[in-house]
Amino acid sequence: MTSTAAVATANAVEIDNVVKRYGFVTALHGVSMQIGDGEFFTLLGPSGCGKTTLLRCIAGFEDVSEGAIRLHGQDIAPLPPHKREVNTVFQQYALFPHMTVLQNVSFGLLRLGWSVSDAEARAKQVLELVQLGQFAERRPGQLSGGQQQRVALARALAPRPKVLLLDEPLSALDLKLRQAVRSELKAIQRETGIAFVFVTHDQEEALTMSDRIAVMSAGHVQQIGTPREIYEAPSNRFVADFIGETNLLDVTANRVSDGIAEILLPGGARLSCPAALGARAGQGHLSLRPERLGIAAPGQGQLQATVEDHVYLGTDTQLHTRLGSGEALVVRLQNGAAAIPERGARLGLEIEAGAARLLSD
Amino acid sequence: MAGGAPGGASKSEIYKGNGPRLLLPAWIFIGVFLVAPVAIMAIYSFLTKEFRGGVIWEFTLAAYDQFFLDRGLFGDEPPSIEWTYIGIFWRSIWQAGLATVLCLLIGFPTAWFIATRDVKERSVWLFLITVPYWVNLLIRTVSMKFLIRDTGPLNELLLALGVIDTPLALVNTNFAVQLGLFYSYLPFMVLPIYAAVERYDFSMSEAAADLYASSWATLRLVILPVVKPGIVAGCILVFVPSLGAFLAPDLLGGAKTFMIGSLIEEQFKGAAGNWPFGAAASMILLTIVMGVLLVHARAQTKGER
Repeated sequence: MTSTAAVATANAVEIDNVVKRYGFVTALHGVSMQIGDGEFFTLLGPSGCGKTTLLRCIAGFEDVSEGAIRLHGQDIAPLPPHKREVNTVFQQYALFPHMTVLQNVSFGLLRLGWSVSDAEARAKQVLELVQLGQFAERRPGQLSGGQQQRVALARALAPRPKVLLLDEPLSALDLKLRQAVRSELKAIQRETGIAFVFVTHDQEEALTMSDRIAVMSAGHVQQIGTPREIYEAPSNRFVADFIGETNLLDVTANRVSDGIAEILLPGGARLSCPAALGARAGQGHLSLRPERLGIAAPGQGQLQATVEDHVYLGTDTQLHTRLGSGEALVVRLQNGAAAIPERGARLGLEIEAGAARLLSD
Repeated sequence: MAGGAPGGASKSEIYKGNGPRLLLPAWIFIGVFLVAPVAIMAIYSFLTKEFRGGVIWEFTLAAYDQFFLDRGLFGDEPPSIEWTYIGIFWRSIWQAGLATVLCLLIGFPTAWFIATRDVKERSVWLFLITVPYWVNLLIRTVSMKFLIRDTGPLNELLLALGVIDTPLALVNTNFAVQLGLFYSYLPFMVLPIYAAVERYDFSMSEAAADLYASSWATLRLVILPVVKPGIVAGCILVFVPSLGAFLAPDLLGGAKTFMIGSLIEEQFKGAAGNWPFGAAASMILLTIVMGVLLVHARAQTKGER
């Protein structure tokens, strides 16, 4: 499995055992990660998982309770936000309504002491990069949501930060626009070579754009890896469930060694599959990716099931099936290739290579 | 404008052409309670005075002549500029302007403080701000006089602390009038600024800090321009009534601190009254206020472009 990660020569950001408490509530429980220079790094998790808190700690809007954050090796704890060489794209953009687009984009440069002419030249250059050159004299209120989003991006990019922080910047856009902006954002990241720390709760966004992803839940890092690693080799139940769709089956693992588990499936069949780090023999959870399950004649395959319902999804059809032992299992079939089994039909299920993985809890 | 509903946002056919009819109550109200009284005042300012108050229906410019020109005791000397009333106006403008600045200096931090509390706490603070204003303005102004008089609590406290040896003569000074004006109109500054700050999106301050702006630069370049409409509204709401106030100068000031409000009040009160002169002074005051508002409106529309 090759990863598309940019070659990280140095760490742009080092997050070292960061704890953040608000009174009695702990938002981050000792989080650590290294973000490489020029890397597109995503913090992914459901709302309330601490991803935005971590981003705000990097920006300096929140103080960390314990631990350290280093920017190119320098501890930034004592620096207020306006002295940190990071810039942020805010979720609701937070553009300055009383300034033109050009004034918004040159704001940071002027604060850094650039001359007006230099700042405006640089601002225009960045506006060209985000294809808003002709909107320089407009005010934010006169722009569409997508255009405002790009102004926010240009404003944060203009001072050439060491790290760009993006707080769910696409969540306010509609679906079509979001997909277009994704590839645009990725292209800009490659072109500028700035490390992006991107916060999102949208796993598809994370998978399509990131070099690496940190999956977070309840203030803990669950897994850090490339999109492919996260999807294909989730380390625990939470990651498997959160990334993509999956079936989780309660199974008994007879033996786990060298990352391979011997599983006893419901119905009595045996299966040998990869095991996540930390998975042990005994009762455990098996992840079965719905798109990697195939259908076979009744009696064949490792599992026996009855079709309960179909859901038509355009390219695919989802089969909701139930195993003889009572567990529900979703199978995803591509439309067009073969006939879709009727409701009530009995069938066998083949577990294809890479479909199954024994998880740690 | 043509037939559109107020605000012009509605495109519904139902309301098409109903604009003028729906505006009728507003027009009647403005006509009866604004246009008509101002017109009566304008007309009276050009009439001849009747000695026991009231007017004689004869056209004259005497009231304006008396305001601006000095023709000597018997009215037979060559006219020179009469400074008495212009001086009173100037003092009033100066006092009202100072009250506005003081209200802004105290009112802005106050409004900011309230608007940045929790939602529940905010209503408590707003309530506390308005509590003193449930008492009649007259009573509050008289109370102020008691507080600052020679044997009042303020002087007694300063004497007891040894800060002063003899009581400060505060009553009947510009300072006392200023105190009265400032105290009377402070909430009119706090409330509009509060409304503006409450709507302010604090992520803009974070954005400014993120873009290397210090707290001072954030205040100057982002916060103040964004909440400016609230500040301007507060300044107008303090300046305009301060300019015409008569309770504070009457009760806390003396002859040397005479302001427009007292001057006008005197013309309509008692036997010494001169209705046309009072009306003329009112018209001149109205003109000044309108002038200030027009300049502001002009600046505002320019700023939008």
